[in-house]
Amino acid sequence: MGEPSRFQGHTITDKDAENITRVEELAYELKIDAVMTRNPATVAPDTTMCDTLNLFRQNRISGAPVILNNTLVGIISIEDLIRCLQKNDLSSPVSTYMSSKLLTVHGVDPVIDALKLFVSSDYGRLPVLDENNILAGIITKGDITSGILKALQKDYHAEEVRRYRASHLFEDIESDRSSLILRYNIKQGDFVRGGAASSAIKRALLRLGATPQIARRTGIAIYEAEMNLIIHTTNGGVIRVEIEPHQISINISDDGPGIENVELALRPGYSTATETVRELGFGAGMGLVNIQRCVDSMRLESVYGKGTNLRLKILLQKEESVGEGSTPNKEN
Amino acid sequence: MNIQEIITALELKVITESKAFSQVVPSYGYSSDLLSCVMAGAPHQSIWVTLQAHSNIVAVAALLELSAVIITEGAAPDAATIAKANEEGVVLLGTEKTSFNMVGLLWELGLRCKPAE
Ligand SMILES: Nc1ncnc2c1ncn2[C@@H]1O[C@H](COP(=O)(O)OP(=O)(O)OP(=O)(O)O)[C@@H](O)[C@H]1O
Ligand SMILES: [Mg+2]
Repeated sequence: MGEPSRFQGHTITDKDAENITRVEELAYELKIDAVMTRNPATVAPDTTMCDTLNLFRQNRISGAPVILNNTLVGIISIEDLIRCLQKNDLSSPVSTYMSSKLLTVHGVDPVIDALKLFVSSDYGRLPVLDENNILAGIITKGDITSGILKALQKDYHAEEVRRYRASHLFEDIESDRSSLILRYNIKQGDFVRGGAASSAIKRALLRLGATPQIARRTGIAIYEAEMNLIIHTTNGGVIRVEIEPHQISINISDDGPGIENVELALRPGYSTATETVRELGFGAGMGLVNIQRCVDSMRLESVYGKGTNLRLKILLQKEESVGEGSTPNKEN
Repeated sequence: MNIQEIITALELKVITESKAFSQVVPSYGYSSDLLSCVMAGAPHQSIWVTLQAHSNIVAVAALLELSAVIITEGAAPDAATIAKANEEGVVLLGTEKTSFNMVGLLWELGLRCKPAE
């Protein structure tokens, strides 16, 4: 199959490309019998041109297959009718004016085959045959356009349904009386993957239909905790996120070294970060303060020499956004 | 003022893959090299000016959904950082100028900081 000729001299955007590709795909995917007109009005070779004219008028069509003994023998179109009218010859039979040089397609063929014939032949309609070569329908460019549009609409609808389901996942969780738990192991010193867990959690929340504000607040809080595991622990730690319909509970724990003075650690600006870590931009002593501002409740417990446990809760009912740089209402 | 106009006016180097910059309008400007200060202070969809060029700036910019990060004094992010930024849709721009200079120029173009609440 050759590349369908396309868009020469046009600049197409990514978005266009996406859509066009889908249309092209559909031209290959859709079968002719899915878009053709079934049981089209037909005439016989001995039908008069006058009757044909009336048939065209009544059915608002511009062409019809000519059938003799169940076999397709020709096609008669509005152009043939015009020729006949010019000669004032409406009493003649269809066989005088029909074209019997036939181009046909099969119902099982993809729409693209019909499109190619339309392009190469400048015919306006093609008879469609079934597997026994009996007329099954007729296809026009209009049928193809509306068939593809319908299929695109179905795609769109399917996407809508998926989105609808996602936004109702919180409800589903509730009705199941269960919750969704995400778990991430964070390695000490792994700066390269720093932020990977928080990004993943933020994305998951968005996919689950959480508001952007909730997703961002959760992401920021978890990011700070994630970096603290990378920077301040001996062996890294674990982030566990439980998503319930009414709240997100986050538990971040590690097994050392623990915090000597928790009160001090919570003070803005306090940091034990090393010089090397500070060069990377960490160690402002603002991480725990940031977390506090992003969550609805926070509990930091630590046993020096044993480990640290940070518990956070974000309530989902509240709509307002807390603690982030927040969205401006006007552009400058 | 959109990102494309800023790139052109300030002759910024586009480090990550180019996208429809003229459709991105930054909300405000922000500058700091301390990541948790950025987390606390950089407004949603703002431009962040920093000297930091390591991979964690991508996580910060992605979480805050910043319009762009301008990396100053010619600091160059490594290939992995650029790849991560492209993956996350984070825009990294570069300049030889200092952060102070960049902030001044952005201010002249009309970009402001978010007013204190
Ligand atoms: N999981 C932990 N284990 C041990 N100590 C911790 C842990 N989390 C925080 N700390 C201690 O608490 C201090 C304050 O933490 P915080 O996150 O507020 O600031 P920071 O990490 O030092 O700097 P920043 O977060 O601003 O980059 C840290 O410097 C560290 O001493
Ligand atoms: Mg910290």
